[in-house]
Parts: sequence; structure tokens; C-alpha cells
Amino acid sequence: MSEDSIISLQNVNKWFGDFHVLKDVDLDVKKKERIVVCGPSGSGKSTMIRCINRLEEHQEGTIIVDGIELTGNLKNIDSVRKEVGMVFQQFNLFPHLSVKENITLAPIWVKKMPKLEAEELAMQQLEIVKIPEQANKYPGQLSGGQQQRVAIARSLAMKPNIMLFDEPTSALDPEMIKEVLDVMIDLAEGGMTMIVVTHEMGFAKTVADRMVFMDEGRIVEQAIPEKFFNNPESDRTKLFLSQILNH
Amino acid sequence: MNDITETRKPPVATTGILGWLRMNLFSNWVNSLISLFVLYILIQFIPWILNWTIFAADFKYNFNGEEIIDRTMCSRVLDPENGGACWAIIYVRFYQFMYGFYPRDEVWRVNLSYIMLAVAVVPLLFDKFPFRKHFLKFTYVFPVIVFFLLNGGLGLESVSTNKWGGLLVTLVLGCTGIALAFPLGIVLALGRRSNLPVISMMCTLFIEFIRGVPLITLLFFGMVMLPLFLPEGINMDGLARVLVAVTLFQSAYMAEVIRGGLQAIPQGQYEAARSIGLSYWQMNLKVVLPQAIRISIPSIVNTSIGLFKDTTLVIIVGLLDLLGIGRGALADTTWLGLAYEVYFFVSLVFFIFTFAMSRYSLYLEKKLKTGINMGAD
Repeated sequence: MSEDSIISLQNVNKWFGDFHVLKDVDLDVKKKERIVVCGPSGSGKSTMIRCINRLEEHQEGTIIVDGIELTGNLKNIDSVRKEVGMVFQQFNLFPHLSVKENITLAPIWVKKMPKLEAEELAMQQLEIVKIPEQANKYPGQLSGGQQQRVAIARSLAMKPNIMLFDEPTSALDPEMIKEVLDVMIDLAEGGMTMIVVTHEMGFAKTVADRMVFMDEGRIVEQAIPEKFFNNPESDRTKLFLSQILNH
Repeated sequence: MNDITETRKPPVATTGILGWLRMNLFSNWVNSLISLFVLYILIQFIPWILNWTIFAADFKYNFNGEEIIDRTMCSRVLDPENGGACWAIIYVRFYQFMYGFYPRDEVWRVNLSYIMLAVAVVPLLFDKFPFRKHFLKFTYVFPVIVFFLLNGGLGLESVSTNKWGGLLVTLVLGCTGIALAFPLGIVLALGRRSNLPVISMMCTLFIEFIRGVPLITLLFFGMVMLPLFLPEGINMDGLARVLVAVTLFQSAYMAEVIRGGLQAIPQGQYEAARSIGLSYWQMNLKVVLPQAIRISIPSIVNTSIGLFKDTTLVIIVGLLDLLGIGRGALADTTWLGLAYEVYFFVSLVFFIFTFAMSRYSLYLEKKLKTGINMGAD
């Protein structure tokens, strides 16, 4: 683990029942680094990033986030979750709360922020994701792209140091993908540490500091985007790239 | 020439009253026949029932204009051919039906409780109620006020619960049972789904045991066995013992209904709540339960209606609820044979309450479905 790394996975192994989903995964992420993880479905990409905020539990190895090791210790898990924001494929907004309430929920209850201050904060976050005018609507009234941007705002309101994105555009109609990616690019330019699981290779090329390719639970290859796309080492990576780039 | 985007009115035959009749009652000859048959029955039956219950009925005086004081003065006893219902039995015993044997000098306390019940419950049910927040503060302290008001204490004369009866007992049992069973049911439902095996097993055992036993058995259990569990010298009030039994019974059903709602909440909601740092209780109180309860509203109201009616079973352990008072009235020789009137009246009172509950549930469902406004609670 290097000095300035903010996330460090060492020898992480995980099983779902008998199924070995993560095999000896090692990953170091530096502060402000933007990592894009790709790979075929079932390769363990989502599981890996879900282990980073302990939505999934790893069985072997160590995961250290911002100096805190993730173990069964609930206090550690809580403090890690305050540092790490997550955006899901299915948005997972709270349908019974308005957009503003979705965003203020955690600041008010977790950080004990006064309501007015939290609402101000919510409006700032909505400005960042460019939909302040939707503040009083309910998630069901928004398009997929708008919902995903609210989800991003909801995570940002907790002022995380790290953002995890789990296929954030996979459930979106093609014409809405761009508005979400634009927000993510803004975030990246703002210096956020990001791990993004996505198949949007255009986005990866613009934003990623490093590409991580996973297959069958292993990290097969890691490289800077230029090298990864133009001159990949492993045959498995070449095959994968040829399939997703030439269609 | 018709513009292609021009809108036309629908065919006359499918709109308005005529269109509705044609579509719903006379769409083919079988339906027409059934409609006519039902219409015939209604025409025969409705005038008869209106006549019996209202037009030919006695309220306070019989057809000779005399005030009715016993069964022999009822019109329908004097003239079985033409006389209608003899509501005098209800009129004469109305006090008992409403209050049981509550002392007459103290009855204002019951009336005040009824009024306060309305003030406490109505703002709770309608979220658009003006100054709702302030009324809800009252709702929280209402049970305490009513306890002292009805029971006595704090300077009020004590009225033993064995003097309570009629609608008073029915409402106390129904309201307390529903109000206490709701939070208890939520805790049991969460407990049953808990990841901690001990808690989950205990809740499951409790729910399955209570659900597997008839309410009557639980009532006997409360009456006979509960005192055995209490420390010596403490004597638990009869009504309180029944209340414990009714609440436990209802909470088990409530728990299963709410568990059904919880199961409908997608895993992603839990994950999102966890990922923004909410604790277990915050996640459940703010994210999961509001949605789960909304889904379960029809079933919650359904079991509540069931409980409200099941309170009549307390007659078995000697409490006189509305039905119990009715049966007492029938046993009185001065009013012998007026069973129709008594049961009709008791049914009507129960119907008013349960129908109101059922309508309210429909109103909520509609509001939550049509209103994109999922936020109101």
C-alpha cells in the first residue's frame, strides 16, 4: 500500500455460497484518481466496488478505505460509509420522498444538520447536477437521466471523498446517458476520487486515469487508457475490447 | 373534409346515463334478465324495509300516542299485521348502550372522551387538516388524558371498569387494541426479519403462537392465567387483562401484514439507505417502513376491522360491550321478544364504524395511487 492511496484492497476473496466471485483481488487507488472498471458480466466488478462500502462482505484479505479497515466493526463501517458515496444502476431513489427530501435525508439524520441548512445544501447539489427546478417533484415524475442525477446529488450531499458508480448509465435510454456522463465528467474534473464500473468507453477514455479489466473474479489487466485501448496485454482483454468497440 | 387530427365526440350510445345502463346492465339478454330480476327484488324489498324500520316504526310513542314503557305497548305487539319496529327499547336503554353502567353524574367524562377521540383521530387521518401539527401533539397526550378521565384519579372520582359497558367498552377495546398493536406489530415484523437469529426466532415463535390460538382462548388466558404471572398483591383490572389479550392478538396479525409490505420493498432501497450512512433504525423509520406501511394499508385496515368486530367476544369473559348490553336488554322480561330491533341497532352501530374504516382505506389508497404525491403521510 503506497503512501497516498485512499483505497487499498489486498488479496480480497469472496464467495457467494460455493461460487468464488472475487479471487485474490489487489487494487490501490490514490487520492483524486479516477478508475474505470470494465469486464464481462459476472466478472465481479460490481461485487468488488460493493465491498468497498461493505454492501457486500469479503471473506478473506483486507480492504482499507481512508485509513479505516473494513471488518465486522459496525462503527468502522459507518465511518467508511460517510466517506464513500455510491450511485446504483437502478438509481434507488426513495419514491415516497421528494427530490429535495431524498437529498436532505442523510445530512439531517446522519450529520444532524439543521433542516434549513440541509435544504440549502440540497439546492447546491441540485445546481451541480443541473436540475434545481425539479427539487419539489417526486422521483416517479422524473426521467431516468434526471433520477440518476438526483441520486448523484444525494450521494454528494454527504460530502464524500470517494464516489463509487455501479453501471450508472446501464438502465438509461440512450438519449439520457449523456446528461449523466456530463455530470460525472464535471465531478472528475473537480478532483473527486472515483471508481466507475461502466461500459461507456468514450467516457473511460476522457476521464479515466487507469483502466481495470476484470474477468471471472480476477483483475486481469490494469493500464492507463491509451495503453489499455491501443495495446492491451492479455488476449482476454483484446477479445473483450474487440467485442464492445466494434459493433 | 376532415382534418386528421380533429377530435370527435364519442358515440352517444356509450356515454351518459343511457350509455352506462346499456354497457353495464343490458349488454346482452342474460345480463338484461339478471338486471330485471335484481330490480324486481329491490322494488319488493326496499319499501318493506323502509316501512318496517322507519314509517311504521315506534320511536318513543306507539300508534295510540302513548309513551312506550314495555313490550306490550309496542305497535307490533298490539297489531302484528301493521306494526313496524319498536325502537323504544333502544330509546329507553340508550344510556346503557352508550355507557354501560357508568354513573350518571360522571357521564360527562365519557362524553368528553368521545369528543376528544374525534379531535385526536381526525387530524391524524387527514394530512390536509389545518394546524395538523398542533392537533397531533394533542393526539399523543390523548390516551393519558382519557385514561384518567374515564378511570378516575387526579381529583376525579374513581369509576371501576366493571361499570363500563356498551359502546364505551367496544371503543376502548377497539381503539386501544388497534393503536397499541400497530407499533408492536411493526417491531415484531422487523424482528422477524432481523439478521439476528435469536430475535428473529423469538418474534416468529410469538407471532405463530398467537396466530395459532383462537382469540377466545387468549381472552380466557388473560382472565385466568395472566394474574398468575403477576407479582403477588398486584391485582390487574379485568378490562386491562382483556386489553392485553386483544392487543397481543392484534399485534401478531398486524406484524404479518406489515411483514408482507416489507417484503415488497426492493433490496436497492436498503442498499441506498445504507450507502448514504443511515443506521438500521433510521433506514427502517425513514425509508423502509413508510413505503411498506403504504403498501399494506388495505390489509392493515382489514385486520383492524376484524379486531373491532372481534371485541364482541369479550362477552365470554363477562365484559358487557355493545352486543353484551344488547343481549342484557333482551333478557329483560319487560322487553322480551324485541330481538330484531336490538340486533339491528347493534349491527348498525358496528356497520357505521367499520364502513367508515373501509371508506377511509379506499380514500387513502386512491390518494396514494393517483397522487404522484407519494410524500404525504
